[in-house]
This record gives sequence, C-alpha cells and structure tokens, in this order.
Amino acid sequence: MSTTLSLTVNGKAVSTQVDPRTLLVQFIRENLNLTGTHVGCDTGQCGACTVFVNGNAVKACMTLAVQCGGAQITTIEGISKPNGEMHPMQAAFKECHGLQCGFCTPGMVISAIDLVKRNGKALTEESIRAGLDGNFCRCTGYHNIVKAVQLGAANMKGA
Amino acid sequence: MNAPEKVETSAIGASIRRKEDQRFLTGAGQYTDDVCLPNQTYAYFLRSPHAHAKIKKINKTAAAKAPGVVGIFTGEDLAAANVNGLPCGWLIHDIHGQPMKEPPHPALAQGKVRHVGDQVAVVIAETYTQARDAAEKIEVDYETLPAVTDAVDALKKGAPAVHDAVTDNRCYLWSLGDKAATEAAFAKAHHITKIDITNNRLIPNAIEPRAALANYSRADDSYTLYVANQNPHVERLLMTAFVLGLPEHKVRVIAPDVGGGFGSKIFLYAEETVITWASKQVNRAIKWTAERSESFLSDAHGRDHHTHAEMALDANGKFLGMRVNTVANLGAYLSTFGPSVPTYLYGTLLAGQYTTPAIYVEVDSAFTNTAPVDAYRGAGRPEATYVVERLVTECAREMKIDQVEIRRRNFITTFPYQTPVALAYDIGDYKATLDGALEMADVAGFPKRRAEAEKRGMRRGLGFATYIEACGLAPSNVAGALGARAGLFEAGEIRVNPTGSVTVFTGSHSHGQGHETTFAQVVAGRLGIPVDNVDVVHGDTGRIPFGMGTYGSRSIAVGGGAISKALDKIEAKGKKIAAHLLEAAESDIEFKNGNFTVAGTDKSLAFAQVSLAAYVPHNYPLDKLEPGLNETAFYDPANFTFPAGTHICEVEIDPETGVVKIVSFTAVDDFGNIINPMIVEGQVHGGVAQGIGQALLENCVYDKESGQLLTGSYMDYTMPRADDLPSFKVGTRVTACTHNPLGVKGCGEAGAIGAPAAVMNAVTDALIALGVKHLDMPATPERVWRAIQQAQV
Repeated sequence: MSTTLSLTVNGKAVSTQVDPRTLLVQFIRENLNLTGTHVGCDTGQCGACTVFVNGNAVKACMTLAVQCGGAQITTIEGISKPNGEMHPMQAAFKECHGLQCGFCTPGMVISAIDLVKRNGKALTEESIRAGLDGNFCRCTGYHNIVKAVQLGAANMKGA
Repeated sequence: MNAPEKVETSAIGASIRRKEDQRFLTGAGQYTDDVCLPNQTYAYFLRSPHAHAKIKKINKTAAAKAPGVVGIFTGEDLAAANVNGLPCGWLIHDIHGQPMKEPPHPALAQGKVRHVGDQVAVVIAETYTQARDAAEKIEVDYETLPAVTDAVDALKKGAPAVHDAVTDNRCYLWSLGDKAATEAAFAKAHHITKIDITNNRLIPNAIEPRAALANYSRADDSYTLYVANQNPHVERLLMTAFVLGLPEHKVRVIAPDVGGGFGSKIFLYAEETVITWASKQVNRAIKWTAERSESFLSDAHGRDHHTHAEMALDANGKFLGMRVNTVANLGAYLSTFGPSVPTYLYGTLLAGQYTTPAIYVEVDSAFTNTAPVDAYRGAGRPEATYVVERLVTECAREMKIDQVEIRRRNFITTFPYQTPVALAYDIGDYKATLDGALEMADVAGFPKRRAEAEKRGMRRGLGFATYIEACGLAPSNVAGALGARAGLFEAGEIRVNPTGSVTVFTGSHSHGQGHETTFAQVVAGRLGIPVDNVDVVHGDTGRIPFGMGTYGSRSIAVGGGAISKALDKIEAKGKKIAAHLLEAAESDIEFKNGNFTVAGTDKSLAFAQVSLAAYVPHNYPLDKLEPGLNETAFYDPANFTFPAGTHICEVEIDPETGVVKIVSFTAVDDFGNIINPMIVEGQVHGGVAQGIGQALLENCVYDKESGQLLTGSYMDYTMPRADDLPSFKVGTRVTACTHNPLGVKGCGEAGAIGAPAAVMNAVTDALIALGVKHLDMPATPERVWRAIQQAQV
C-alpha cells in the first residue's frame, strides 16, 4: 500500500509514492538520500532528526511523511547558501568548537536557528540552555554549543 | 637552487578550527547508517524478553514465509556452522593464581538467555519493517528461571546461577597490594575512616546508535564490514581469528564517521559478527542499525560497583594505609575488556595523588542477568577516584582538617614515584593544579557566597576531587603480563606526495576527538607545511597499516607517538636526499621550518622540493637510497601517562525540593604538552558533563524481581541536557610527559574521572549541616529530599 506525497525539500519539488507508515525522517534519509538528518532515539527526545517544516523546527522521527503534503522542508543540507557558504549559525558552531562527533550537530544547528528566529534579541545563556532542552549532545557538555548559539545569533542579526 | 618560500611557523599549540567540521555542519558526514550498498537487505534481532530463561524450542516456520524474508538464523545455525562465541580480550588471574571463569558468550543464544535483550535470532529481509514484522512471527518457547541482577546478591549462597558452569556466579576474586603491610598500617592508626559507597551503573548513550553494514563478495571470497567502532583492526582480529575462523586478509573493516563512542564502541558485539557471517549465507549486503531501545538493552554498560573502603591516618592526618573491598557487576557475559576494568584499570589507581604507603584492594566480581559491563569513559579510573576522594573528604571531616589542607599534606611531590599499587608515576605537579583550581573557583570567596545563599534558605556546598589517571595504554609487555591478550602499540604512516602535501594514516580512530585536526597540526608543525596540506585517514583496515584504536585517552600519546616516529624517518630520509642535492654531508643538513639547510650557509631546499626529488629521482643517489617518501612506524610506549588535576564543584541545594544546582564547576588539569587547546578544553567539558550526569542524573536500574531494565528509554534514563549544566571553568598546567615523543598525556577521560567525586563532595558538604551523613549517586531531587527528611526525624 502506498500513497502519493508531494512536497518541497530544500527548494526542490518532490512527488513520489510512499508507504503511509513512513516517518518523515525515513523519507528524508532513505527516499531522498539526505543523510545529514540523523536518528538518535526514535522516540522524540534526542533531537538529532530536527528539520524545518514550513519554517518551524520539527522532530522528523515524530512526524509521518504523509503529514507533510505540500510542505516546505529544509534539512541541514539546505541550510548553507547555494554557493556552499555556511549559514552564520553553522559558521559559529565551527568557530566556537560547538561540535565533536557531529551526530547531534545537524539537529542542534536547526534548533539553534529556530531559537534565534523565535526569540531574537531576548536570548540569554539561560534561555539558550532552556531552548535547547530537546536536543541531546553527549560530547560537548553544551558549553561551546551555548557560546556558538550566542555568536550565531549575533551574526544572524547582521546577516 | 632558489631560496624556499617562507612557510608558517609551528602549528602545535594553536587552537586551529577543526578540519572535520565542514562536513559535519553541512550534513555531509558519512556515518555507518548513511552508507548504502546495492541490493542491501536489513537485519532485525529478536531479543529475549526475559532476564533468565531456558529456550525449549524456536519455531521459525511462519516467520520464514513472511513477506520479504531472506533468511532467519538462530544459535543452532551458528553452532552448526562452527561459529564460536565472542572472545574476551583480558584474562584475570584470581587471588589464588587461578584463571577467571570464562563461560561461553554465544553471538546468538544457545539453549538459554541470560539478560533482557540477549540476542535470540536474526531475521534478514528486503526492508527493515519486513524483518521486524517477520520477527514477531517467530515462536520461542521459553521456560523462565529466577534472575539475579545485583552483584552482591549474585554472590550470595543460593543465588540463581547465570551460567551452569559457574555455580557461585563468581568470575574472580582478585587482589592487589601488600595485605600484611596494610594491616600493620591500620594497627598503628590514630584514626580510621570508613565509607560504604556505590558507583551507579551507567549506560553510555553515544547519540549515534551502534550500526553495521556487512557485505560478502563472491568475486574473491572477501567481506567488507562498515561498523560504528573505535578500533577496526581489533574488531577484525577478534572477529576473524576467534569467532568466524576467516582469514584476516579476507575481511576489511571500515569504521567511518562514528557518532561518539565513550568506550561502548570498543567492543566486538554479536550483531556485527552475525551479519558478517550471514552476508555470505544470503549472498547479500546486510544492514543493521540499533534502535535506541536496543542500545539501552545491548550496549555494554559501565561502572556498577559496591565498595567498602577504609583509610588509616596518623594524628596529623597523614595517610598510613588504605584497604578497599569492591564488588563489581560484570553482567551476563564477559565483554571484550570487561574483566580488566574493575581490576587493573581500577585497583592500580587507588593511590591517587597521595603518598599512602600501604594499599590493599580486593575485588569480587559476579555474573548477573544484566547486559555485559565494560569500559565507559574513564573505565575503572572514575570508580577509583570516587573511592579515594569520597574517602579523603570524609577523613578531613572526621579529623576536622581543612579539605584542601589534608590533600596538600598527603600529596606526592617527588617524581618518579612508585605507588604501592604497581604504577610508577613519571611526573606531575599536583600543587600547581590544586592552586590553579583554588584560584579559578574563587574558593576564598566561598564562605561569603554560602552565607548569602543561606539567607535565601538555600544550602551551598563546595566539593574537591583530585585525580590521577593512567592513560596512553600501554606498554604491550606490561599489559601482557597483566593479562591483556593484545598488544597496545599504535601504528602511523606518513605518505608524502610528490608535491609536498601529506596523507597521514593512523591506527587511532576519531569519533569526536578531532584527530583530523590535531594530528595534522603535529605533522604540519614538524614538517613546516600548512595544516591544510595534511589530511588524516583513520578507521579502515584496508588503508591503514595496523591500529589498536582509540580508548583510554591513548590517541595523542600512543597514536601521536607513532606519527612522530614516522616523521623522524621522513626527516632522516629527507636529509639524505637534501644532502645529495645540496652536495653537502648529511651531518651538515639541518631541518627547520620546512627547510633543509646546509648548516651555516644559505643553501637550502624547501620540503616540497625534496619530496619532488624523491618521486622524480633524476638527480638522486639511487645506489644508496630508495625513491619515494613514505614511512611507517609502530610505537609501543615505555610507560603509561599520568594526567592529573583538581576539580572543584560548588552546588546550591533547595532543601524544600531537593534540587541540586551546580553553580560552578572548575577543572584545572595537567595533560602534558597540548597540541590544540580548543579541542582539549572541549574534551574536558564533555567529560565533566558525563561526570555530572553520573553524580546527579543518570542511573541504570534493573528490577530485582523480574530482571527487566526499568531505565530502558530516555523517558526513564536521565541524560544531561543543556539546562542541567553550567558553563565550566577550565584551565591547564603543564608538566611534559617524560617518555613519549610529544610530551603529551591525553585528555579524553579526565572530566568523567574527576567530576563525580567533586560533585558528591559538594552535595554532602551542603547537606552535612542538615545531618545528612551519606548519599549515593545519582543525587536526584527525590533522594536528596528523602535524605534531608530522614536526617531530621
């Protein structure tokens, strides 16, 4: 059994048949081969699968692909500029050493961009830490991630 | 000859931004589950729902007919194919000199299951969902047996036997140290302090779940295995030589980008072994990726000690002797290095930074109906530090000596220092790290902060932990004498390309540590070339000469040592080539800042000019020297390295709710020379976070009756989140390691080693005025609140 799904991913229109029980994260990884979006827990806690759906950060392991008909999806592969220049938040993660093994990083970057978009100038260390509550990192102890989000937020305003 | 261009000065010691970050930040990393092979199938492992049961019968008829099924295999199939059990890589001899009990560890259960999650069968199908659906149709007839999950319970008379051949569940009773000397020290003690503590069981929880993709090639009867692993050569050696009986050269193991390991990906596991074997049976590639619930059940767990420890002191608070009795839980089976963790990686560290002249430790160890227990970040050393530093803290309290003063009074100050528990520390400066931490943590201002907090009804506490760790595993002959069944050297190859860029092949493996940058700095700094001209390749038995991998903070000390030795050979050969080209004596050639120069002249050649001559040997001493510039070195360290430091934690506790807030955490460490300070600080941050996680949040709990894992998901097992942790204060002091080429000690585990004791010493400091005498990790709000209530009854 399959159903038709049409949506836009990283600016490209996609129309395909999917099994209705396909999760959005499976669709992204397995059907579209966009493997930058990761699966860390299958249960919505770790946040490694976070992507933008219509501009909102969403955990793709908690979303069925068929719920996203007509949606605009942006994954980590679509965050950089087309010429390859990194988004200010990506650049800030590199500058601040906000990543180690890199597995949580795509979800973390998307959540961080979402956090800045939602909060703008109101971000403090405390609100960044609270805002990243849904993304696990086992490597960094979050110290440099917080610094990266502060730098990324400052540079996003200038961008 | 033209004068060479000026090249950049040494890259060593600079916080160079990481080379690997570009791919990780743009979604271009290649983790095992990202790799796909043509026509691949998917594996699902059917696992035991029982902690302990006999398997009376397995009926796979219905499952075999399910859509998409390619193959189903059980323990019987493996036995029929002469597939052996998983080997243990470390043999412990017990207190009587007898070898440890080493019961079989079948890759798929044979006759019995011994923990919830034990693998019973594998289903291979066209899609993962088909494999999973089919597994539901396998009928397993179990006869459940009583289970035991706690090590102390397992060693009691009448406990259910996990293995029929080990009726008392005891793997070994092991000891270290001079018992008579220690008893004598206690006999003359002015004061004896005693503690009973547990070191809570942890689940490593790398965010990338374990994964593997195995493929068999009929073309040359060979296998390729992609696997999330920290040491692909060790994985291959164990799998081929001990389990599958395959020729080693017919198996290529690739550990591509790996999303965190923390020890849990060192080991040879059943899943990758089974699918490698099965890939030939079904003649297809097979992928397996753990679901998180499987990770909880089947990744090797960490810690799980119960310890009674005593310190004998003289009237001045000098330590005279220490005796320790520990019971360690090894789980249902011996994992690859499981037996070494509560013995040689633990007992040998019990001197800490102190001159305690007599130490005796006994470790009793038990099989239980739980997942195997093995190395998790720190591996034995956090457990040792927790014992020493909780004990020293209680000594100071009982003898009314200042916490800092009692430590200073007992510090080792002269090196080398031979401890009474086998290790010989080469160098350190424990006062320097202590003083650095005292200043950074503003310990002098603590009384004021405590008074201010008390006005708000909050309890403030300050906790100290000094630590020592033995890293850079290890001199192979020493490790071998202690029971290691492997060498512990490292290999490195420097391949200089004709135009002077360099590809480095290292047996170390990076799963977050940033070797692609740090090792490139080592090479670029030595050769005087830009870091961007150096690429580092790791994690592939098909490309790298050999490797023992990354664990025990060994990469820079041992892997970096091998690279340095290979660089020595590059430099030596480069000098020969330069001497020929410059028409000078080899002994007159100096190599500095990327240039080969005739001493005292301006005759000079750039590194790339020499490398080009090596590969275009027109004007070249072919009668005396081979062309090319490609050198390999194997480096076996002369000793362990001994990173050390002081960690200070300040907490504030709300006595109404029991919530512990870490208001400040300071770590001042001595890692020897530092190649990239930014990366080192990041390693400390991550280690501290895991240590705080152990102290306040994380706890693996099995139900004692049923043996079910109660903390089997992120809803039950509390991972540290961003808002559980503070920003950390991190500093370093340097005493260079005396015996490896780079003078480095390793930094990967220090945070996880020092932090639990520092946190718990702070928590108990905050609560002591409320009458709380003891608290075990994790100090959750519920436990803290209950302890306060009970103390006030």
